Amino acid sequence: MVESQYRFRDDEPVGDPAVTVDSFAEQSNASAVRIEPGDDARELLPYLEQLRLVEVNFPAFTDGRGYSAARVLREAGYTGELRAVGEVLVDQIAALRRCGFDSFAPDKPLDPADVDSAFARWPDVYQATTDGRVPIWSKRHG
Amino acid sequence: MYRYDQYDQAMVDTRVAEFRDQVERRLSGKLAEEHFRPLRLMNGLYLQLHAYMLRVAVPYGTLSGAQMHVLADIADKYDRGYGHFTTRQNIQYNWIKLEETPDLLADLAAVEMHAIQTSGNCIRNISSDQYAGAAADELIDPRPYAELLRQWSSFHPEFCTLPRKFKICVIASDTDRAAMKLHDIGIRIIRNDAGEIGAAFYVGGGMGRTPMIAPCIREFVPLDQLVTYSEACLRVYNRYGRRDNKYKARIKILVHELGAAEYTRQVEEEFAHLKTQGIEPPIAELERIKTYFADPAFDADASDAIDRSDALFARWVDRNTHPHKQKGYAIATISLKPVGGIPGDASAHQMHVMADLARDYSFDECRVTHAQNIVLAHVRKADLYALWQKLVAADLATANLDTIGDIIACPGLDYCSLANARSIPVAQKISRRFAESGKEDAIGELKLKISGCINACGHHHAGHIGILGVDRKGTENYQLLLGGCEGDDTSLGKITGPGFDEDGIVDAVEKATDVYLAQRQEGERFLDTYRRIGVDIFKEAIYG
Ligand code: SF4
Repeated sequence: MVESQYRFRDDEPVGDPAVTVDSFAEQSNASAVRIEPGDDARELLPYLEQLRLVEVNFPAFTDGRGYSAARVLREAGYTGELRAVGEVLVDQIAALRRCGFDSFAPDKPLDPADVDSAFARWPDVYQATTDGRVPIWSKRHG
Repeated sequence: MYRYDQYDQAMVDTRVAEFRDQVERRLSGKLAEEHFRPLRLMNGLYLQLHAYMLRVAVPYGTLSGAQMHVLADIADKYDRGYGHFTTRQNIQYNWIKLEETPDLLADLAAVEMHAIQTSGNCIRNISSDQYAGAAADELIDPRPYAELLRQWSSFHPEFCTLPRKFKICVIASDTDRAAMKLHDIGIRIIRNDAGEIGAAFYVGGGMGRTPMIAPCIREFVPLDQLVTYSEACLRVYNRYGRRDNKYKARIKILVHELGAAEYTRQVEEEFAHLKTQGIEPPIAELERIKTYFADPAFDADASDAIDRSDALFARWVDRNTHPHKQKGYAIATISLKPVGGIPGDASAHQMHVMADLARDYSFDECRVTHAQNIVLAHVRKADLYALWQKLVAADLATANLDTIGDIIACPGLDYCSLANARSIPVAQKISRRFAESGKEDAIGELKLKISGCINACGHHHAGHIGILGVDRKGTENYQLLLGGCEGDDTSLGKITGPGFDEDGIVDAVEKATDVYLAQRQEGERFLDTYRRIGVDIFKEAIYG
C-alpha cells in the first residue's frame, strides 16, 4: 500500500492493500479499492458501506477522469478515505481537495511549504461541491 | 456591463498571485516545463515560433473604454505596439516575455480583466452575439447567462483537465451571429410556448479537422437549472471523452460516436442526479447579474435622420451599421480589415482612439466580434458622421463589413508553431486585389475565411469561401472550399479539388467570384448562388 504524504482524517488508516475494481467485484469483503482512470466509479456505489479506502490513480496529472470519480463517490455519500495517488502535483492539489480527496500520496513527495500555500491560496470559490465550502453566489445572497 | 464585486476581484487577484508563484518556480527550475505547460496554457500563454503569445479574455466580447485603454497600454509596454483581436472575441499579444507576464496580468486585474482559461484543456472564455443588448431581433440580452456560466466555469475544480478544450457560446436572437452550432456547447436563450424563458442546448459542434454541426440535445432547460445542466454535459464528457487520441478528444467525437440520443440519455441521467446536489446558484444571482446589463440611458427623442450628403460616409453607413432596437440609434462596426492589412490587428494608438470613441459615442462600451472587428453597439444616428470622421483620421473607417475584404484569418505560419502555411499574406493579397478592382463592392456579402492548418482557427469550414493552408511536400499549398456558412442555416464548406500556391489561390478565388457575378439572380448573395447552381460550374471555371 502507498503512504499518504497528507491525510486530513482522524481515523486509523486502512492497512489492507487496495485491490483493483475487477478483483473487488469478486472479493466482496475487501475494504480498500483502487480506481484507474478508465474505471467507472459508479460500479462501487452498491458497496459504499463496506469501503473504507478508495484510491484514485492519476498515472498522468493531465488525465482528469479521477476528479469526476471522486465527486461521484462523495455525492453518493461515501465518507471513507479518498486518496489521490500517482502523479499528484502541488498545482492541482487544491482542486483535488475540492472534489472530495482527503488524502494525497504523490509519487514524488511535495514541498510542504508549497502545499501549505496551495491549500491556503483561494479565499473563496465559485462552485458548490461536497467539500462544504460556501460558494460565492451563496455568500452574495446570504 | 458587468462589474466585479469584491469576490470577483479577489478571485482574479488570487490567480495573478498564483501565476506569479508558478512562473517563479518555473524560472528557478523547481517546476519542470512539462508540468508548467498546462498551467501557463490555462492562463493563455503559448510558446510560439518566435516568442510567447498571451491571449487575454474578453468575456462575451464586451469591453469598457477604460479596459480598451489598458489593452493599448499593454501593447506598448509589453509588446511591440500592437494587439491582435481573435475569432474567439479575445485579444492576443505576440511578443511576450515569460518573466513579465505576472506584471501584465496584474495590470489587467486592475481593470477587472484576466487571461484565465483562454487556452488549455478547460472551459474557455464564453462567446456571445456581438450585438447583444442592441440588436433589433433579440429576445433578451444573452450576456447575463454567459456571465453566470463564466463564474461557474472559472477554476471549476472538476473540469480543469478535460480531454480537450471546451468552448461555450450563448445567444438570444433569431439570427445566429456567433456560429453557435459550431461550439462544444451552443446555448440559445428562447421563450417556450408557455411564455417562459429558458435555454436550448446544442452540444458537440466544432471546427478543427472533423467539423460538426451541434445537434440540439434539449429544447428547453429552465433558467434555474442552467448551471446544473451544463455541469451534467461536462461531467459525461470528462468521464467518457476520448483521451487516447488528441484529434478525437473533442466532445463532438464523443457525441458522434455515442450518437446524440445516447449522449443525451447519459446527460439526462447525470442531470437528474445533480439536481439533488444543490449546485445551482439561486435565481437571485441571475437577477443580480442582469442589473448590470440594463439598457443604457437612451435618448428617447433621438432622430432617425442621417445626413448622407457625403458619399463616402453614406457608403460606410450602408456597409458598417446595423439596425438597433432603439429608435434613433444604430450599431456601428469598426472594421479592423484595412485594404492590405493584417486582419484583426490594431495599433496601440488605434485602441486608444476606439476607447475614446466608445466613451464619447457608445456609453463607454465596445465589443470584439468573432469576425475580428470592433462594435460600438449604441451610437445615436445623429452622431454617426462625427464618429466616422474620427475613424477616418485613425485609418479605421474601411467600409467593408461582411464583404470579401472583411477576411477572417488565423495567425498562420507567420506566428503559429502548428501552421502549415501562412494565412496573413494570402488575406492581404485578396483584400488588395478585390478592393483595387472594385469587385469587392460589386460582389457584396461574401465571407472569406483562412486557416493556416487543419486546426481551423480561421474558421475556413464556415466561410462562403474557405482557404485551408496545407503542407505539400514541404511547400505551402492552399485548398479552396466553397459553400460554408456559420449562421442559422449552418453548413460546412466542401473542398473543390487540388490545391494552389499563394498566387494560384488568389486567382482561384477570383474565378469563383466571377462565376457568381455571371450567374447571380436578383438579390442573391454568393452563398445563395452557390447553393442554387452547385459546385460543378465553379469547378469548371477554376480548374477547366
Ligand atoms: S489554424 Fe493552425 S495555423 Fe492557424 S492559428 Fe490555428 S493552429 Fe495555428
